[in-house]
This record gives sequence, structure tokens and C-alpha cells, in this order.
Amino acid sequence: MSSFIGKSIKRVEDKRFITGKGRYTDDIVLPGMVYAQIVRSPYAHAKIVSIDKSSVESMEGVVAVYTGQDVAESGVGGVPAGWQVDFKNGDTMKEPPHPLLVADKARYMGDAVAVVIAESRELAKDAADLLEVEYDELDAVVDAAKAVEEGVPLVHDDAPKNMCFDWEIGDKTATDAAMASAHHITTLDFVNQRVIPNAIEPRAVIGHFDPANDKYTLYTSSQNPHLIRLLLCAFVLGLPEHKVRVVSPDVGGGFGSKIFHYAEEALMIWCSQRLGIPIKWIAERSESFMTDAHGRDHVSKAEMGFDAEGNVVGLRIKTFANLGAYLSTFAPAVPTYLHGTLLQGLYTTPAIHLDLVGSFTHTTPVDAYRGAGRPEATYLLERLMDTAALEMGVDPAELRFKNFIPPFDGVNEPGYQTQVALQYDSGNYAPVLQRALEMVGYEDFRAEQAAAREQGRYLGIGFSTYIEACGIAPSAVVGSLGARAGLYESAQVRVQPTGKVSVYTGSHSHGQGHETTFAQVVADRLGIDIADVEIVHGDSESVAFGMGTYGSRSLAVGGSAIVKSVDKVLEKGAKIAAHLLEAAEDDLEYANGSWTVKGTDKSVGFGDVSLTAYVPHNYPEGLEPGMDFSSFYDPTNFTYPFGAHIAIVEIDTDTGKVTLKRFIACDDVGNVINPMIVDGQIHGGIAQGVGQAMFEGAIYDENGQLTNGSYMDYTMPRADDLPSFEIDRTVTPCPHNPLGVKGAGEAGTIGSTPAVVNAVMDALSPLGIKDITMPLTSERVWKAMQG
Amino acid sequence: MGLQLTVTVNGKQHSQEVEPRTLLVHYLRDVLRLTGTHIGCDTSNCGACTVLMNGKAVKSCTLLALQAEGAEITTIEGLAQNGELHPLQEGFKENHGLQCGFCTPGMIMTSVQLLDDNPNPSEAEIRHGLEGNYCRCTGYHNIVKSIQYAADAMRKEGTNV
Amino acid sequence: MVPTNFSYHRPSTVSEAVQLLASHGDEAKVLAGGHSLLPSMKLRLNSPDHLIDLSALSDLKNISESNGNIVIGAMCTHAQIAGNALVNQHLAMMAQTGGMIGDIQVRNMGTIGGSIAHADPAADWPASLLAAEATIVVQGSAGQRSIAATDFFQGLYETALNDGELITEIHVPIPAAGTSSAYEKFLQPASRFAIVGCAVMITQSGGTCTDVRVAFTGVSDMAFRDANVEGAMTGKAATADSIASAASQAANGVDILSDHFASEEYRKHLASVYARRALTTAVG
Repeated sequence: MSSFIGKSIKRVEDKRFITGKGRYTDDIVLPGMVYAQIVRSPYAHAKIVSIDKSSVESMEGVVAVYTGQDVAESGVGGVPAGWQVDFKNGDTMKEPPHPLLVADKARYMGDAVAVVIAESRELAKDAADLLEVEYDELDAVVDAAKAVEEGVPLVHDDAPKNMCFDWEIGDKTATDAAMASAHHITTLDFVNQRVIPNAIEPRAVIGHFDPANDKYTLYTSSQNPHLIRLLLCAFVLGLPEHKVRVVSPDVGGGFGSKIFHYAEEALMIWCSQRLGIPIKWIAERSESFMTDAHGRDHVSKAEMGFDAEGNVVGLRIKTFANLGAYLSTFAPAVPTYLHGTLLQGLYTTPAIHLDLVGSFTHTTPVDAYRGAGRPEATYLLERLMDTAALEMGVDPAELRFKNFIPPFDGVNEPGYQTQVALQYDSGNYAPVLQRALEMVGYEDFRAEQAAAREQGRYLGIGFSTYIEACGIAPSAVVGSLGARAGLYESAQVRVQPTGKVSVYTGSHSHGQGHETTFAQVVADRLGIDIADVEIVHGDSESVAFGMGTYGSRSLAVGGSAIVKSVDKVLEKGAKIAAHLLEAAEDDLEYANGSWTVKGTDKSVGFGDVSLTAYVPHNYPEGLEPGMDFSSFYDPTNFTYPFGAHIAIVEIDTDTGKVTLKRFIACDDVGNVINPMIVDGQIHGGIAQGVGQAMFEGAIYDENGQLTNGSYMDYTMPRADDLPSFEIDRTVTPCPHNPLGVKGAGEAGTIGSTPAVVNAVMDALSPLGIKDITMPLTSERVWKAMQG
Repeated sequence: MGLQLTVTVNGKQHSQEVEPRTLLVHYLRDVLRLTGTHIGCDTSNCGACTVLMNGKAVKSCTLLALQAEGAEITTIEGLAQNGELHPLQEGFKENHGLQCGFCTPGMIMTSVQLLDDNPNPSEAEIRHGLEGNYCRCTGYHNIVKSIQYAADAMRKEGTNV
Repeated sequence: MVPTNFSYHRPSTVSEAVQLLASHGDEAKVLAGGHSLLPSMKLRLNSPDHLIDLSALSDLKNISESNGNIVIGAMCTHAQIAGNALVNQHLAMMAQTGGMIGDIQVRNMGTIGGSIAHADPAADWPASLLAAEATIVVQGSAGQRSIAATDFFQGLYETALNDGELITEIHVPIPAAGTSSAYEKFLQPASRFAIVGCAVMITQSGGTCTDVRVAFTGVSDMAFRDANVEGAMTGKAATADSIASAASQAANGVDILSDHFASEEYRKHLASVYARRALTTAVG
């Protein structure tokens, strides 16, 4: 009897945003607050010869100037990585220090060398501009594959050949044998280019040490406030955790880039420790371009082998993953456990092997960006699939149908054990592609395409069928794979005496609509009105603990923790209700917010039971008063959403400009709590995936200069670059969490990129063009067409 | 150092000294504490700072506050009238036209002029009209629907009058 | 992102503005719509000590007809020009240009005078003003003078403006009967400036093109008239073939820009494509 689950309830958080009353970090002004401007290296690789603080320190309005030397002298170490990946030979990965401000050398353009603090934003900027830093510029290396060659400049002296780790997954012997016996092998060299996340709210931090109370408060535009508190306290600054409050208020988008613990967070607290006043730092957009962790950046050679019937028999990949100049929080996990483990895709491939090197370069650190590893895996698989279909002269949709893993529900049939460590939870893959083909009108399109070609017009269709691993867990498993944190979630459900419910979740909403979706779950399960439920998140002072929001995990993990606490409320409520109704607990049933004695009209409502819990005059003996439960939920497996995406493009033969004419997606994210919000997640994900295919990409020159680090040069999709999307879904519930949900945040991004590129290649197939490196800019397409 | 600025914001006249280099967006956010207008870039591209100046959409990060001397400025905070949401605000809420909310004020303020210029826009015209505003969350799909919703509502309102 | 400090001046007449400019010399910058200047000041690529804001010069905000010219005040915004009836009636190309600059917000503030004084090689106006054979009227302490558009643009961010001179008006001759025009642009997808912008004005008489003007922006370090394309069209009937043949000669013998959006080779190719498109639209 669900009243809210499955309905497109309008979002409760919208009111503040549409009236300009959102509260983002830069909207917060604390008494006596001063402003920080960070001085950054204009060079990708340079020795810091000297910094002359004196000229700036005496300027009117300047409060303090600190350099890397000052930080080092205070004994503060650097920002740690949160995941450890070992070399094939068992050696520990190289984890060079990542200081808050560098003292010796700058290792990427934008590396922080000093901070200037002044009474106003303007004065801080003026003074920072005047700070004299003398650099000795050094040669740089920017390419992941080139970085491990002999004789290139080293990013860190203690990381020989710039190797952070080398790593493999799968069965090399079996794969080599399978490839040797393959009837057909499709081979492609890929660059999965570096993209820059570009949440529209730049990163923002306020650090405040209050000496009167020995309390620290950090406001930060983060997806992950509790983990940042833990890292700050346990690893970076050694602060007493009970004296530290981290608040992530409204956050203007993250897409992964705000998961990580950034040096500026620790730095603002460190500065405030010295000054005893609040300090605000707001990234300029150009700083966001240079210092927000970037995404992707793989160079690969990939081979897919087929037998004579078109069955995939083997997949062999060699990849260089660019990690940037330092290890960002989850950087080592992204190309390994979030990428290598997804190379099974939706196919029954019996032999898979990935050989991967993670290398340091003189570039911005690379970490999880929407999809994180899974888009890279999907891109390899799906580009290979469409290319193989073309080479073998078979239909790309048919080739997929032939190779899909057969359906399994994970309950009556076991999960599917892949060749690359994971066990898929539940899946039924053919229907998503079937539905997408119906939506697109496949046969009609092929006829239209043929007719268009007669007129010299180039239309193309591209497919992508993907799987992802979301709700990253369980803790013991990720721990064994190198995670330095657990990956559970917490939830506290506090029933107020009047029966109103406050829910404290460790998930963090920065656009995902948790305040609505989570309230739907709670209201439904308790049979109360959604207006009687409040979702609280983003403040370590109110929420006990949290692992934050990323990896499409909030509902699957955070939502499940909420369900656990709600169930504890109902369990206790039943005891109180039984007492009030003078009935046995077993004789009660709970529906629509009331406990009723089965077969009678005797009932008591949730509100009365709640009140009784707090005014326990007539109360079960031995039962504690109150109604307030916390839970931690640690899943038993990842969740595995999947789907089929189809893109239709037209190429302007004069200019090479690609127009995305239609985009069709049929996704399966398990059960759906709020279809409107899930659709919105898919839409946004598609746009970002299309962005990588068609527009986006960081461009470093050979000196390590980021040459397109502004909106004047870095292209992202605008409204008139995209069509309205045609989307639908199938529902294959997750068998191992109480809501049956799988996660929807990244699906759109993972599926869409190869669909678009495949569509362009399909359009250009009469010209014999097999691959163009992303992004598919007009010039690249035009050049390819010139032969 | 400060110069006198007199400007009407959301129907209320303000008069005070500002430093000449103060940008309109900083005046609105820091001086008047109207923090609904956001800053998303340095280069006048993202549109998060869009407000209306004398009824026209402008990027308040690319105007000195002093350039607004004598002008009427409307920000997102001034759009609802007598507690009634503007049809665009309503449209964004009804159609899930926002996720993180950061670009939303700028999107809505740009759309005010868009519908002012063209009360019955096609989808293509709406998409083209948003060329000065980036959204990274929604893929624009529901923003377009939100504006269509508002256009319908405003046309109906107009007919009723 | 804030500019460095400066003294701010808001003159109420052109002569006052010219006086201010004369007295502050190199230390002063003129603020028109501010949509090129303020971003560069915020990025601190430009740090003038004095800023002379022309926003109070309402005389420079009009569009009128005078002596066979459309007279456009230097402070007219792109949006104002794009929407002006007189401009639309006589010079479709100019209205199209104004409507294709930046975005709605930029068009509401940015001005034609500010744009051409800045002389960005990728700006839209210069191509149209060259094709229209416009005259730029400037005022300095020594008085007023008129500069033909062809003489005005002199290089990358360089114009014929002398120190202390201010653009006050742009005079665009109303074309002869039988003239049509068009502006077509290949956008730089991030900034929306022109990678190639082509302005065309054609007068046809008795089935042939008697006066053909083709100008490009974005292609080279300054906007230019393309005599090869013009010559190839003049005296010919405007057919798909003649247009294609003329357009294929676009940007010959010109130093062509190259950046990561368009190499020299691609830009030259686009110049041909956009010449063809603009010619086709103009005669359409």
C-alpha cells in the first residue's frame, strides 16, 4: 500500500532554490571573517627558488602570508590517498607526499605555493598578485604512456619511471590462448581523454578555529563532509575529532569532483588555527579548472576476439592511466577496481585480461568523475562491439543480443560470476536493448539512413549497452582491495513526541533530491504524510557519521540504512501499541500509520504511540522511553544497474560538425522511488557523457600548460547542443537491499559516450572511417572525412 | 574612494557609497546580502549571475555596480510577487527543472526575458535563448519543459485578463 | 575575480569624455558596454588607473537615418541593432550580426562601439562593417574625423583610433535597390566568437551581380575584404555554381589563424564554406 514510493513527488528542496534562498558556502558570512587568495604556480614543473613575503605582508589590509615552508615547519604532512593499490609484484604503490602548500617544487600548473590572507577578497587578490615568487622552470611530462619511458622528467624523485603502480586483472594465459584461436580480432587504440568536471558552483571553503572553545568549523562545498573530517583529524592536521565540525551546506553540483579531501580544506583550518578568525576561500573558475580533480585520461590498446559465429571469446587490454601530479583521495581505485572489474560488460566473454599502469605526470590530479572508471570500461567494450560488427558485417544490435549474459534474478538463480572478480546481483539485459530499438524505430531509421546517403547526407546510429557497479561495498571487500575507509552508511531516525520524524543521513545531497526521495521512503514505510518527515544531511554536528554521496550509492546504501532505522522504530512502536491496545504484538498489524488488532477495529496511531514513548505513563515494563534509532548499513554486494543507449547523429559534410538529433535511453536501475528524479539523473548523466564524446577535453601543451582552462576555451554542452532525450526503463530489482534499488546517478554518463561516438562512426562508415579520437570536434571529423 | 550609487533593487531604492571596482554581483551579494545571484565563472560565460536590469537580462559579474546607477534591478529574490511564485519559478518546480540549484536563478532570470521577447517559443527557440547559461545537472531537458510550462501558464493568464 | 582599483568617471557629454581621455592619456580606458574590457580587467590582463564610463552619453544610443546613411550611435547595444526596424529593413546582415554575438545577456550590454574599438580578431562586427562600407566617426580633442571601415581595422586588437579619440557613430550607407546581404558564422563552440564569420552584400541588376562585397572575420588577425571572391562573383549571375566557384577562392593569400578549434587548413576551408553559405543566403 504504497502512497509515495514510485510517485513523482515534487521536490521539497526546490522552494529555497527557486526563490534565491539556497545557502551555499559562499553565501555564508561569519563575523570577523577574512579572505584567502592562493598563489599558484604558473608552471607545470618548477623549482621554487624564493618567495619574498615582506613586500606583501606590509600592505594595508593584509593579515598574513604563508608559504610551503611555513606549513612544513609546522610539522603538518600532506593530504593522504584513501585507497592503496599494490604493484603486481606485491610492492606498495608509490604515494608521494601531497603538501598543503609546496615548498620545494611545483608539480603541476596550479600547484599551491603560498596563501595570502587579507581583510577583503579584493585586497587578498591585489596582494597575491604582487607576491614575488621566483621559479626555475623544469621540463614536464603530461602523457600517461610517455611518463613511464626512460629519460623523461620525474614528477617525484621517489617514484621511478613515474610509476605509481602496475596492476592486472583477469587470466592472462587463458586470454592469450583465446585470442590466438580467435576467428576475428577487432583492435582499437583509444584515448579516453581527460575531462574537467566543472560543477557550476566553484569549490568553496571557510575554515574557522574558535580559540575560546577550542573548536574547529569547516564549511566546504563537498559531497563527503564526514570523510573529510576523518581525514583532517586522523591524517592531515591531527585535530581532536570531537572538536571538529564539518558542514557541507547546499552544494552546487559535484559529479565526483567534490568527493575528495582537498588541500584547501586543511589549509584554511591550518591558517585559522594561527589567526583565530574565520577565513574564506572561494575558487575562481580558472582555479577550478586547474585544481578540481580531473576525470578519465586513459590511453589503451584494446583487442576483442570473436569465434566464427560472432561470440566474443576474449578481451585483451593494455592501459596507461594518468593519475596527475599527486594522488587524489580515490585516484588509485578508479582505473583499477572501478574499471578493470567492469570489463565483463554485459557479455559472456570467457577470457579477459587487463594490464594497467598508473603513472604520475605534471598535470592536475585525476580522480573519480561521474561514472569513474566505468565509463572508460564501457567505452572500450562498446566501441569494440560496434567496430567488430562493422568489420564482420553483422548488425551491432544483433551482435550484442548474441553475446548477452542470460537473465538471472539473483534470488532463484545465483548472481553472475564475472571473469574479473565481481558477481553481478541481478540482470535481464536483452529487454533494455529491445525496448530501445522499439523506441528508436530501428528499421525505419535504417531506411531513412539509406535514403539520406543517396542525397549525400550522413546519418548514423550508435549503440551502447552498459553495466556499472554502484553502491560500492561491502566494507570488508573494499578493505581487502585497498580502501582505507569503510563504505557503509549511517542513518538516524528520530521520532519526535508529536509523531513528526527527523531523519539524519550520512549521504549528501547536492542535486540528487534526497530531501524528497528519502522522505518518500520514510513516509511510506511509516504510513505518515511526507510533510511530517524532514531529511537532515551535510553537518557532522547533527549527523552521527556518513560516507557521503558518490558512486550512485545514496539510495542503495544510505536509503537502506534509513530503512533499518525505520524498522527499529516500527518494532518498538509495536511493543508500545500492543501495551496500549492490551493485545499481543503478534496480533497487531501496521498499516496507514496505525497499529490495529487483527480482525477488530481496535487501533492506535503512530502519533499516539510516539507521544507515549516520550510520556511513558502507561508503558510496557522494562522498555526504554523515547523513539530514536541509529543504524549502519553495510551492503553484501555492489549493485549493478544496466541499460541500452542509442544515439542518432547527422554530420554536416561541409564542416564536419556533428548534430545529435536523437538520444534514446532505456535504463534499469532497479526499483524506482521517484521516477521524476531518476529521469532527471539520467538526463543530466547523458548530457555529461555526450559532452565527453563531442565537446570536452583538457588540452595540455608539452610544457604542461593547461591551454583551455576557461569557459572561453573549454566547451561544455549548452541547451542548443542537445535534443530532448527519449527515455524509458525496465525494472530488475536489486536482490540484496531492502528497497531493491540499484542507483541512477551515473548511468547516463556511462552509457551515452560510446553511443554518440559509435553513431558518428556509423555515419562515416561509407568512407571507411573506423575511429576518431574524442572529443569529436568539427575539425577532427572533417579531417577524418578528407581521408 | 567610494562613490555614491543609487539603484532600485527588487522595487526598493538603495543609496550608498561603493568602491568603483565593485561588480554588480558583489554589490548584490555582499552589500545587499541578496545571495540568490551566483558566481560560476570569471569570463561572462556561465550565466549564473544573470539579473534583470531595466527588464533586460544581464550578467551581473560583467557590470560595475556603478553602471547600474539609476537602474531598476530585479534578482531572483524579487521575482515572486505578494508571496505568489512567478510562473517560471512554478514551472521549474513542477518540471524538475533544477537539481543542485546553483544555475537556477540565472536560468530563471534569463527565461524571464526570453518569454518577454517571445511568449510562445518553440523548443528550438528556448534552447537557443539559453545559450548564455550553463547547467551541468539537468541536461537542459527539464529546463526546456519548465519554460514551456511557464509560457503556457503566462499565455493563459494573459488570456484571462 | 575583481579588477584592480581605478578612478571612475562618468562624463555626461562627449566633449567631457574626450577631455577626460585627453587628461588621463594612457592611464585611462573607455568603458562602453564593458563586455570585453571588464572580463580582461577581472583577469587582470588590463589594469587602467582611470575608467571613463560612457553609459550616460544617451546621444550615442540612437539609431537614425541621415543623408542616405543609417547612423548608429557607438553606445548602441548588439541587441538594439539586431532588433532595429531600420537596420532590418535595409541591412539584414547587420541585424543578423547583432543577433549572433555572444548570448542574450551579452547582446543586452555589449555595444558596437566597444566591440570595434577592441578589434578582437574573432569579433563579429568588423566583417559586416567592411562589407557595408561603413564609416566610423571618431571624436578627439582635435575634433571629429571619419575613418572608412577598411582603414579602421589595422591588426590584432589594433585600430586607426588615435590616443584620446572616442568612437561616436557608425555611418552605414543605405544600399542601393536590388541589394541584399547576409552574415553567416561558424561558432567557436565555447566562447561563441567567430571561427569564421562571413558578411556578404550583393547588388544585382539585370540578372547579374553588379556590386559584390565579401568580408571575413575570425580568419586572420584582422577582418578583411576578400577581393578574390568578390571579383569572381562580379558580373556573374548568382547561381549555385557561380557561388561555389567564387567561394572556393576564399581567403587565398591571407595569413590564416590557427588554434585548437581550427587549424589553418580547416579555417581556410571553413572560409570557403561560409562564403558560399553567406552568398547563398544573401541572394536567396
